[in-house]
Amino acid sequence: MNRVYGDRKTILILLIPPLAIYVLLKVVPVLWSLGLSFFQGNTLRGFEFVGFDNFTTFATDGAALQSLWVTIGFALIATVSQVTFGYLLALLYVFVLRKGSAFVRTAVFFPMVLPTVAVALLFRSFVAVGDNQGPVNDVINFFGGSSVEFMASTAGTMATAIVMTLWSSMGFYAVLLYTGLLDIPDEIIESARLDGAGGLRLVRNIIVPLSAPILLSSIIFSLNSTLKVFDSLLALNGGGPGTSTSPLTLYMYRTAFEYAEYGYGSTIALVLTLLCLVFTLTVFRSSSKRVED
Amino acid sequence: MNIRSPRRSMIVTGLALASIASLAACAGGGAPAASGGGEDAGSFSGTDPETFTVLTANENPTLEAQLDALAADQCKAENEALPLVHEKTAQADTVQKVTLLASQDALPAHFIAGTAMVRPDGDLGVAELVLDYEEFLTEAGAWDNILPAASSTVNNVYGQMVSLPYQYNLEGIWYNKAAFAEAGLEEPQTFDELTAASEKLAAAGYQPFAQAGSQGWPLTRLMGMYIFRNVGPEAMTDIRDGNAKLTDPEYVAGAQALQDMAEEGFFGDGFNSVEPDAATAAFLTGKAAMKYDGTWLLSNINDEEQNQIGAENVGFMPFPAVDGGAGTIDQWPANAGTAMAANPKLAGPKVADWFSCIAENYGQQALQDAGVLSGFKVNGEVTDVPETTAFVQDKISEISETVLWFEALLDAKSNSLASTNVTLLTTGQMTPEQYMADLQASVEANG
Repeated sequence: MNRVYGDRKTILILLIPPLAIYVLLKVVPVLWSLGLSFFQGNTLRGFEFVGFDNFTTFATDGAALQSLWVTIGFALIATVSQVTFGYLLALLYVFVLRKGSAFVRTAVFFPMVLPTVAVALLFRSFVAVGDNQGPVNDVINFFGGSSVEFMASTAGTMATAIVMTLWSSMGFYAVLLYTGLLDIPDEIIESARLDGAGGLRLVRNIIVPLSAPILLSSIIFSLNSTLKVFDSLLALNGGGPGTSTSPLTLYMYRTAFEYAEYGYGSTIALVLTLLCLVFTLTVFRSSSKRVED
Repeated sequence: MNIRSPRRSMIVTGLALASIASLAACAGGGAPAASGGGEDAGSFSGTDPETFTVLTANENPTLEAQLDALAADQCKAENEALPLVHEKTAQADTVQKVTLLASQDALPAHFIAGTAMVRPDGDLGVAELVLDYEEFLTEAGAWDNILPAASSTVNNVYGQMVSLPYQYNLEGIWYNKAAFAEAGLEEPQTFDELTAASEKLAAAGYQPFAQAGSQGWPLTRLMGMYIFRNVGPEAMTDIRDGNAKLTDPEYVAGAQALQDMAEEGFFGDGFNSVEPDAATAAFLTGKAAMKYDGTWLLSNINDEEQNQIGAENVGFMPFPAVDGGAGTIDQWPANAGTAMAANPKLAGPKVADWFSCIAENYGQQALQDAGVLSGFKVNGEVTDVPETTAFVQDKISEISETVLWFEALLDAKSNSLASTNVTLLTTGQMTPEQYMADLQASVEANG
């Protein structure tokens, strides 16, 4: 067997089919999209080479820049909250509930399997106003307040979106971080306890440093998924009110498919890809510096 | 130690160059689709397809049902010669789907299209991929079946006769006659009277207007009508032609009027989240006294299950005049439904027979079966026309001048912006001046 795997021809024969499929399905479309970002037009009208015009347009396009900030803001707030709450839940599973955490883990993870659009519609009905008012306004009314039309304001829509994202995804991060915490040897924790470490001190000085790699992965997962948020914000309020909660993905979709501007749509896609890259590298660099320190 | 092999570098460079070259070639080579024989559109020089395929929106089951009914009865011979086949798409995906089909030379014989696409300067118009129905139906001897008002509306909206008027809608204010009588009101003739009437209706316990704010356009239509009454029927063509700006005071006044109506509470609680069905229900159950909407609402009004206030209590009036304005109350906004274009390449003799049969029979069929008022002549007797439908028919026959609606001539991006930003306007997060300035900037950037 070693002879077979040591043979370069065999390796090539085994590698070429999956590599070819990968190149066809992943690399070619990405390069194709990259190429399109230097053109203007669509498949019907035809394409015209415009060089870097789409990039300069992006830099001066108010709607695009607004979408960029919405994307960054949403990603940062959602990442911090879902990783933090996920981590707190993971600590709860390991140190409080211990082996009895299975039910809670399942219950918190459950929203993850629901379709995002269904979750968005659910939250939309939670904050509804008027005849079929949702429970949130019922509670506000119960305490003497006036109904709030959350979907009519940027802050209200964004707050609902963050809570919705947190509700549906923190269970995933909790399970992910829980597996990381399980990898920490019991002996180390016991030794720390014998040395007098407990509570917050134990978490800060022992648990967090030892679970740093899985925390780092969670942050990168979370950033990459929230930077590409699309369906939940579209279903929640169509990127509104106005275009104030419209992320780059939604702007890209509308540009390419509703306005049939494929070239500019590809440019927006490229900006989004670069954004994901920058965020990921930033997290990596900051973590590697910490390790060197 | 990382030693870069010159051979490997050459291979990588070569691959990169090949990729860029092939991308450039593929991307740049996508010339506009071949002409659809625009010069010959109108003659039967197109080649008949194997089926009469009609692409419609999922959201419009009526058209599919009525075409099926025609295929089974009046257009049976045409259906046997060229069988009717339906294809569906989500209305929101229309532009994407039609662009893709057209670029693959796979457009069906009859298809839904985006408003901007079928205009002379739109993607399909430039590529000559839309049939001129006037020329085509004249040659087929069926043009007389299109009502002049409907063809005029289609020409106004699309700049050419490239859509069949499966609907012919007026827009105005539907009102609850019983609620008006209770509050001692007559039909308001001016906007000030409308405002005063709304206040009285609110005092009488009615929500003055039921408007589906979640869709945007039910609100912008009110603003647009104020502008048409204030500026005159050329209000939006002046914007398109650059003779006026949305930031001019008489246009900003329209946005101000809408904002004032919202702040007065005329649209009820949480109107920005209200869905169309809920707004219709609010009106037809007597909760709201008025609803600005099109005559497509007739199907709901004629449905006894939905209409709990009774057809005899439903009135229809035009948007009132604005004091000192150049527009008049007689100018009704009209539209002929979503664009339903035809592929000139497939406009052969059998397709011509189909379109002739539709033009001759659709008006009667749709009115009799679904109570739908179309832009086709009603050839033949229609029995048991509901009272409200007959009333609207009379109105249509009296009208001498129509206007478009606020967004009709805007490009796709500005159209979308007008609808989405209206929430910010009506909740006071955006001033009327800001709203119009943003829209004008979009018109200038994308027009």
